[in-house]
Amino acid sequence: MVRQLKYFEALHEAHRELLADDPNVLVAGLGVPGPTGIFGTTKGLQEEFGPERVIDTPSSENAMTGIALGAAIQGKRPILVHMRVDFALLSMEPVVNQAAKWHYMYGGVMRAPLTIRMIIGRGWGQGPQHSQSLQSWFAHVPGLKVVMPTRPYDAKGMLIAAVRDDAPVIFLEHRWLYNLEGPVPEGLYTSPLEGAEVLHQGSDVTIAATSHMTIEALRAADLLAAAGVSAEVIDLRCLTPIDGDTLAASLAKTGHLVVADTGQASYGVVAEVMAVAMKRAFPYLKAAPQSVALPHIPTPTTPALADLFYPDATDIAQAALDTLGSSAQLPKPAADRRWKDTPDPSFTGPY
Amino acid sequence: MTTQQKDIRAAAVLPDAKTRLAVLESMIRVRLAEEAIAALYGEGEIRCPTHLCIGQEAVAAGISVLLSRDDLVFSGHRSHGHYLAKGGDMNAMFAELYGRVTGCARGKGGSQHLVDLACGFMGAAPILSSTISVGVGSAWAAKLDRRDQVSIVYFGDGATEEGTFHEALNFASVHKLPVIFVCENNLYSVHSAMDIRQPEGRPIALLGTAHGMPSVTCDGNDADVVHAHAAEAVARARAGEGPSFIECMTYRWMEHCGPGDDIPLGYRTAEELADWRIRDPLAIYRDRLAAAGELGAAAEADLMKKARDEVAAAVAFAKASPYPEAAELSEHVFPV
Repeated sequence: MVRQLKYFEALHEAHRELLADDPNVLVAGLGVPGPTGIFGTTKGLQEEFGPERVIDTPSSENAMTGIALGAAIQGKRPILVHMRVDFALLSMEPVVNQAAKWHYMYGGVMRAPLTIRMIIGRGWGQGPQHSQSLQSWFAHVPGLKVVMPTRPYDAKGMLIAAVRDDAPVIFLEHRWLYNLEGPVPEGLYTSPLEGAEVLHQGSDVTIAATSHMTIEALRAADLLAAAGVSAEVIDLRCLTPIDGDTLAASLAKTGHLVVADTGQASYGVVAEVMAVAMKRAFPYLKAAPQSVALPHIPTPTTPALADLFYPDATDIAQAALDTLGSSAQLPKPAADRRWKDTPDPSFTGPY
Repeated sequence: MTTQQKDIRAAAVLPDAKTRLAVLESMIRVRLAEEAIAALYGEGEIRCPTHLCIGQEAVAAGISVLLSRDDLVFSGHRSHGHYLAKGGDMNAMFAELYGRVTGCARGKGGSQHLVDLACGFMGAAPILSSTISVGVGSAWAAKLDRRDQVSIVYFGDGATEEGTFHEALNFASVHKLPVIFVCENNLYSVHSAMDIRQPEGRPIALLGTAHGMPSVTCDGNDADVVHAHAAEAVARARAGEGPSFIECMTYRWMEHCGPGDDIPLGYRTAEELADWRIRDPLAIYRDRLAAAGELGAAAEADLMKKARDEVAAAVAFAKASPYPEAAELSEHVFPV
């Protein structure tokens, strides 16, 4: 049996093996060597690999990104870590204007092998500035590779691939995935930075999802199975570009589409996936696609509102029934928790 | 003037005659290249924003003669002088301005994105202050690799108003990185004067002092003065003693962007420009060398002719070069 690791353990192992394998790999970020080590993903690395290669940084997201870029063009392979995407907004200029463009605008002579990890937060009242899911901002910019690993296997394999890639990679991790377990091989392996993956075969409806919403989609597939509907779940994995081949092949089978993303629906990943579906699979579609994503509202803090704000597996399953025009009844969700602001009862934070 | 301002005349050893000739030659090349661009711009074949540095040539000239090919330079929008002084290929620069595939960035960057890795000119970008942190990161890599390599970052007075400027200086100071921050203070950010942007009586160099590094304000139109301060800064960097900050007071003669005169805009006076033109860094240096017996009339004529020929050849090279093929459009989005 293949060894099982949690998502955060898979990330930790990827850092460790990368640092051991390549002296040019650096890890930098506020709190990287700290007592909690970015939710466990960088814990102990400074003790093992030294304070030159694993560094704590000033609270300077903007300059640290330029500094990582400067090290990258000199042959280093830095991993820059932001505990929240929301803080990385202070680095949009060097990400968008510089890192993304240095290869193109210098006619191909410059390479910026830079990996920027950004954690998407959610739950426990993190509110408007600790919970955003801004993948579409980055995916909009030519020159950036934007990935959202869902499974522990991809968390490790894609981080290794990102660090070895010569392009800047935006690596988005959802905090609610951190405790999920899955098979993770030992040793260095890579998982591709392009292409989607079918995680659950089905024939009636295609659910294309990102990151944590892929987990919700798999739960939705179970709910739908109980209602007699066969759902295919695609983990989109990579946003640049959306994998039109996998999407079209699935829609050729099912003719129905639900897109689920962790971000806002408008001008976001769901809009892009639907556009790709229209272009690539229009003849297969038997009904208007449905989307399950965030409303155009800032994240509220109180669980009374946050529970209304965040869609879950039931919403995805209902969207599938809607696009199918089905009046089947879904199993009632277990009312085991008053609030839905934790991924599961075993998750006790920090968030 | 900062508290750390020193009497350069007393303290510094002047560069030797050969070095001073190299400094002069550097200024002449930049001056003639910029004048050629200004003269040709109206033809409409240089189709990109172009920021000329006439009047500011002494800074890069005084510094570059201290650098080896392995030392690195980063710059901003007004970068032609920094590029040429560091040894950037003049043909490739003109071809880049002309949008040709033989340009240093294959025509994809233009005047604002010069690059020449072969000489250590590591790129330029017009977003104020953006390349400062990149230069600091480059110095960080050099330090990690125990490389004897200094990174120079050129920027203007406006860049020091950006947050990332302070973030970058802070990191460089904390890690004692081999980087030199060179601020060309030409008194205007586009058309906005210093007095509405920064506190009166506070030299920009004090910001370097505040970030814990030796800092100085100096006459940026005197290449010997710049050279003396830079020599000290380069020595500190090579000795592992960390970053330095040099504020060079200077003035641009042309409009902010483009080949023309902008006095009619009214944001600065003809008198102010005339005063600074008297302080022409090239003429001052040429006269000084001549007075010291280091430059004869024939030698000067030779330098001028050589530079004029080089510029003419670069313009001819650019104009004769092909534009990029259509396939180039989608190349280099991602490295392959």
